[in-house]
Amino acid sequence: MLAQFLQYLFSGITIGATYALAALGFTMIYNASTVINFAQGEFIMLGGMLAVMFQQAGFPLPLAVLLAIIVPSLVGVLMEKMVVEPVRSADTVNIIIITIGASLVIRGVVQVVFGKGAFMLSSFSGDTPVEIGGAMIMPQSFWVIGVSALVVVGLWYFFTRTLTGKAMLATSFNRTAAELVGINTSWVLWMSFAMSAAVGALGGVLVTPLTMTSYDSGIMLGLKGFVAAVVGGLGSGAGALVGGLLVGVLEAMGAGYLSSSYKDALPFVLILLILFFLPRGLFGSRQTERV
Amino acid sequence: MIRPVILRPMALRPATLGLVALAVLVLVLPLVISNSFYLDLVIRIAINAIIVLGLNLLIGFAGQISFGHAGFLGIGAYASAVLPTHFGWPPLLALIAGAAAAAALAAVMAWPIFRLKGHYLAMATLGLGIILNLIFRNEASYTGGPDGMAVPAMELFGLQLSRDRQWYWVIAALLLVSVWASLNIIDSPFGRALRALHGSDVAARVVGVDIARYKMAIFVMSATFASIMGSITAHYVGFVTPNIADFFHSVELVTMVVVGGMASVFGSLLGAVLLTILPQALATFEGWETVAFGAILILCMIFMPRGLLPTLAARLGSLRFAVARLRAGRSAGESDS
Amino acid sequence: MMARTSTAPATPVLSVRDLSINFGGVRAVQNVSFDIASGCIYSVIGPNGAGKTTLFNLITGVYVPTAGEILLDGQPVQGQPPHRLARRGVARTFQNLQVCLNMTALENVMVGAHLRLDRNVLKAAFRWPSLRRADQALHQEAAELMRFVGLEHALEARADAMSYGALKRLEIARALAMKPRLLFLDEPAAGLNPRETLEIDELIRKVAVSGVTVVLVEHDMKMVMSLSDRILVLDYGKKLAEGTAAEIRQDPAVIAAYLGAGAAGETP
Repeated sequence: MLAQFLQYLFSGITIGATYALAALGFTMIYNASTVINFAQGEFIMLGGMLAVMFQQAGFPLPLAVLLAIIVPSLVGVLMEKMVVEPVRSADTVNIIIITIGASLVIRGVVQVVFGKGAFMLSSFSGDTPVEIGGAMIMPQSFWVIGVSALVVVGLWYFFTRTLTGKAMLATSFNRTAAELVGINTSWVLWMSFAMSAAVGALGGVLVTPLTMTSYDSGIMLGLKGFVAAVVGGLGSGAGALVGGLLVGVLEAMGAGYLSSSYKDALPFVLILLILFFLPRGLFGSRQTERV
Repeated sequence: MIRPVILRPMALRPATLGLVALAVLVLVLPLVISNSFYLDLVIRIAINAIIVLGLNLLIGFAGQISFGHAGFLGIGAYASAVLPTHFGWPPLLALIAGAAAAAALAAVMAWPIFRLKGHYLAMATLGLGIILNLIFRNEASYTGGPDGMAVPAMELFGLQLSRDRQWYWVIAALLLVSVWASLNIIDSPFGRALRALHGSDVAARVVGVDIARYKMAIFVMSATFASIMGSITAHYVGFVTPNIADFFHSVELVTMVVVGGMASVFGSLLGAVLLTILPQALATFEGWETVAFGAILILCMIFMPRGLLPTLAARLGSLRFAVARLRAGRSAGESDS
Repeated sequence: MMARTSTAPATPVLSVRDLSINFGGVRAVQNVSFDIASGCIYSVIGPNGAGKTTLFNLITGVYVPTAGEILLDGQPVQGQPPHRLARRGVARTFQNLQVCLNMTALENVMVGAHLRLDRNVLKAAFRWPSLRRADQALHQEAAELMRFVGLEHALEARADAMSYGALKRLEIARALAMKPRLLFLDEPAAGLNPRETLEIDELIRKVAVSGVTVVLVEHDMKMVMSLSDRILVLDYGKKLAEGTAAEIRQDPAVIAAYLGAGAAGETP
């Protein structure tokens, strides 16, 4: 009974960590530009697919992982420069459409290159489960949780303790003021795309040994990441983390205790409930619009 | 100084012309087309056009986005497949039940969302589409699962619709009525309120528009419309699979709106024509279809954010203006000399 | 124009009692009270950031007050959304234009008549004759209003092709299309040249003569002093003084706030 609960809890936290990374990606871009990047999920998918590809090409695992993070960041920068920058001042609807367009292009190219099959990445440290309180935990889970925790700490340090991070944060609060004090805000924009792509791709790499990956796995991961970001209150880093874990655990519990075929529906039920009762998310602040 | 102004009813003169042209086209097409492949293509274009008209009222005119409209199509399609097959309902009643369900679902969803702005609706509609698709895939005992199920023929007052020609006339009539109704709505108090809340929601509120209610009304309307068209598609094709409700189909529909022209009725038609034909043309390139749709969306948003038809119309307008100026300049020059 | 005494007739159209709003610690409007008598021109002045536009946003329902009462014909309306207040005859224009640029000028004016029209969508879809007739009548009416505000040349213009000054008038025409009892004008003369300012001045007089109570926020002192029956002076969100133009001119607190710093009196 307890063992089963622990089992679900661990798998929830593991997948939730991935959602949290995706949510952090959304948050970084949203804060820098108020754009919701609907292509965030594709960075996660790219991370997983590229890690598989580089490993199959004979690269040692650490190098394959590194490349699988660097390439998506470059794609992120490219996307910001070529696709998002030209429409900076457009309607929300137009920007949403354009990031959806970018996600289709990425997904389509991957489908053309790799086909529709599912791909497996070998675990980082074997497949012998570890028993904790009767629950069997895959070693990869520890990788996912551990590395995600490191990333979160790293991002926290970056945004609160380094000048570069503070500059990015300042831009998110007031772009004009940031420009006035000499911050290069266009640099902040593509930097935030690069970072959120890197964080997303890392999540993708880490979780692929557990879930497998395919060209279309990014849609769901990205959407759930967005749900996590909204649950936490769009724009809040701590909210993204809590939101991610909440969505992951809820999904795992739902799959275990209710129905595994509807586990993908649960995050959306959650988001509708949250929007209904807490329109600003768990951590969001109330704002008054200026007229 | 009270003098009656003779004002052209806004946007109606070219619109009336367009409607007449469309009616002529609809009448002539079946005479020209003998090949059943092309007739089928024309019918599919018309079905898409009707759906896109409804979606454009939501996206283009009211400025609200839905990335889950295929889900509403799915509700209609499966209502028309499941209710007659498993419960013996007459097809027309099933269609109405589907539409009512879609309307109710849209209303329940819209209630929390329309108090918020922007991204949330995109997100929630996307999620809804995915949930619906999951239901259609998973409830295999009713829906046949991923393989889909057959849909009984449509019966109207004891008459069975079966041949493509019959379907052509039914759908052509629906298309004409939809275009006419859309044009009327845009140029009515309801339509102006919708466009106003898109243009400036504060302005709309202070003149008395209850904007949440209007957004909800148009969302529910376009969802109902999509469900009805889903039923009709299902009956026409005679078969339904969960693909009708998947995310990519929603994207296709939005692409039609965007490419043809947001807030342009005839643009919707153009978008439906182009993007119904495009996948046929791309069918031989496995996978490139997705890339093409993505690239089209991006390029369209960057280079002609208003869409094909409005951009062309503006070009034509400025050309006419330039010609007029040239003429005026020349005549001024002549009088000078 | 008749200057009214401070004992206003029976019930004023609008009474504001101890109105306050805080924006996260910033007290933009604090304990402001005043009455506006029916049919007068009432101006709100004060330096930039004094809370004039915030006061408008509170009274027209765009902001919800933190404390205080707003009485319309003696009935409390604070916290009601703008579209409800519109029903009670409250209309306004905006300091930073709020024109629907996706519509024509005439359609913008027609939107102003929203509440007076049959908004049924089914009737609209099928060109219900009564609805069409009403719409055609509205075309005429909107055109008349555009003439009234001096926009006869722009009857067929798209809103996004019009000049700043023309859009300012368009907002007034839209507000008038509501057939309001109370019209709030937020800096109608801002950014206009002297000739256009004179035209707006004349327009406001015409509106007031037609029986609409006008509440005005304006920086152009000459215009305010000549137009207003009464003037409210705000400073740092607080009521500094209230009275007729003559009273305000001689009020020591006002002189201190406006002239004390040695700034030119005409341009605060």
